[in-house]
Amino acid sequence: MKRELLKFVAFSVFVLLLPLQFKGGYLMNVLVFVGINTMLAIALNLLLGYAGQISLGHAGFFGLGAYLSGILTTTYAWNPWQAMPVAAIIVGCMAYLIGFPVLKLKGHYLAMATLGLGIIIYIVFNETVDLTGGPSGLSGIPYLEAGGIVFDSDVKNYYLIWGITLAVVLFSINLANSRVGRALRAVHDSEVAAQVVGVNARLLKVQIFALSAVISSLAGSLYAHTMTFISPASFGFNFSVELLTMVVIGGLGSVYGSFLGAALLTLLPEFLRAAQDYDIIIYGGLLVLMVMFMPGGLVRGVPDLFRRIFKSRGGADHA
Amino acid sequence: MNFRLLSFLFAAVTMLLSTNVFAAAPIKIGALFAVTGPAAFLGEPERNTAKMIVDEINKAGGVKGRKLELVSYDTAGDATKAVQLATKLIKDDKVVAIIGPSTTGETMAVIPVAEKEQIPLISCSAGSKITDPVKKWVFKTAQNDSLAVGRIYEYLQKHKQTNVAILTVSDGFGASGREQLKAQAAKYGIKIVSDDTYGPKDTDMTAQLTKIRGSNAQAIICWGTNPGPAVVAKNARQLGVKTPLFMSHGVSSKKFIELAGDAAEGVKLPSGKVLVSDLLPKSESQKKALVSFVKDYQNHYKAEGDHFGGHAWDAVMLLKNAIERGAETPSSIRDQLEKTRNFFGIGGTFNYSAQDHAGLGKDAFVLVEIKNKDWVIVK
Repeated sequence: MKRELLKFVAFSVFVLLLPLQFKGGYLMNVLVFVGINTMLAIALNLLLGYAGQISLGHAGFFGLGAYLSGILTTTYAWNPWQAMPVAAIIVGCMAYLIGFPVLKLKGHYLAMATLGLGIIIYIVFNETVDLTGGPSGLSGIPYLEAGGIVFDSDVKNYYLIWGITLAVVLFSINLANSRVGRALRAVHDSEVAAQVVGVNARLLKVQIFALSAVISSLAGSLYAHTMTFISPASFGFNFSVELLTMVVIGGLGSVYGSFLGAALLTLLPEFLRAAQDYDIIIYGGLLVLMVMFMPGGLVRGVPDLFRRIFKSRGGADHA
Repeated sequence: MNFRLLSFLFAAVTMLLSTNVFAAAPIKIGALFAVTGPAAFLGEPERNTAKMIVDEINKAGGVKGRKLELVSYDTAGDATKAVQLATKLIKDDKVVAIIGPSTTGETMAVIPVAEKEQIPLISCSAGSKITDPVKKWVFKTAQNDSLAVGRIYEYLQKHKQTNVAILTVSDGFGASGREQLKAQAAKYGIKIVSDDTYGPKDTDMTAQLTKIRGSNAQAIICWGTNPGPAVVAKNARQLGVKTPLFMSHGVSSKKFIELAGDAAEGVKLPSGKVLVSDLLPKSESQKKALVSFVKDYQNHYKAEGDHFGGHAWDAVMLLKNAIERGAETPSSIRDQLEKTRNFFGIGGTFNYSAQDHAGLGKDAFVLVEIKNKDWVIVK
């Protein structure tokens, strides 16, 4: 447990000091989105990595959070800090109710059901023009404000988003190491065995699904208030798949892995921009290589790689 | 592929040389276009045109002795990316103005950034929302949907066809068209008897058309971008619907005729004048710009220049003119842009003012009909 705490403190210090490196350039802006994506990846990882339940509809919950916050603060002029928890509670309740029938399914069927859920939510954003502004989006969402500080610059948003992301990281690590976390892993390995030792697998799956939706909704609200504009295109099926890729590339069942996956998938396109029209090919190629050679994700693959390099060097010295 | 690499190297070398040879630093213009992704049909001609025209301006000696430098990024049609790249253009590349983005959604997302950082933005997307209400730093070159709707309604009013059925696509373009179609109907004495939508990826619209056939519509107006409207035209022909079919300017390119084949015959649509540049009378003030644009594009890219590319052409030329009139900083460029009068562009004749940042009048559109796989101007 002490080691976990040390890791978290080191991670927090790293995150808090990072802006000094960039001095407010545009990468600050990208790093804000790394924070939001980290939250989303952790949310999905709790479901997929720990409980072993796939979801291809998480962009939908993300979008619901964003739209609920957006509509409540623009059309109904709510305070953003009130809208955010209300949105999270609504999304959580919805996920809880939907969770019971949906999570009875397994494997491909579960993937299909969640996929459908995501697409339905997307269609609702698109078609309820009077409420959501339809495909041309919802604009004029206010920035967040606290104690006289308006979070309207990248640096301010960075600390706001990462402050909340760190809280989510800490919460998730604690959850993973608790009785609930162990129960989740038991469900992951064998639902029957878990039930035999007294875990209410069905309820637990629904609870973690709802929790995951709440975190996604929170990320969505924060996204809406930092972008100040939202449109349905940001919450489509593609984004659900991108989230899934983040979780798998980063490392299933690892909170820091989610951060690595989110950071990589958000930052990589920015670094590949120098390659002009070939960036997509390089991007795809790198992802394939990573899945092939680091099946456990970055969080296990990178230390492994270092160890291997170190070992082979050692071997060479002997010869 | 090789050509691309060569041109890239060439650009890199000339850039290196030009910074050494010319004392005056180039003026940096940012560009955000959706070159890949679902809106690539907009972004690609826009980026190509912008590159082409900037090269030409530089070959002719630049603007007031200074070269222009185009810093162009691909947004893939994604609003989040557009915002990040706009920030990059402003903070890292230090551009004086931004051209684009290609879609209304992206533009709406980028507007808060441009307004806050006080950098002029010349959007290449059509949504009326962009400049209505007027935003200090935001201009646009694409014709408003309201003008296209006006053109169709005028024709219908003249021919006493007052009952119309509308069929719009459920994306940004279609939603904006639907809004305008409904808002302007009363002004022209038109009654919308049937109001349906279809999804951007739908491949069969017989259900909607069957419903329309059952109504007493005298005209069908379909609002969308390829390929949807081509499917509508084909389905209408299959069902034997005799009601005249109108399309939006979203399909005013040869691609639509290719996709719809015989079913395109007789379809009428409002279009920018670029499509019929060779049919225009000599007295037409836009003719010179139109003909030279179409010819240049053909020479450079072996493809027909369309009005999407025209939006970028107009944006670059508007900026060039503003800089020529003595503007250098973002704020002086903005002020000069606002003073643009009688600029004969591809999209129409631009007259910006403090109250109007869209700048075009109804003459920006002509109504064309498809006959024998080509365009004919409807009088």
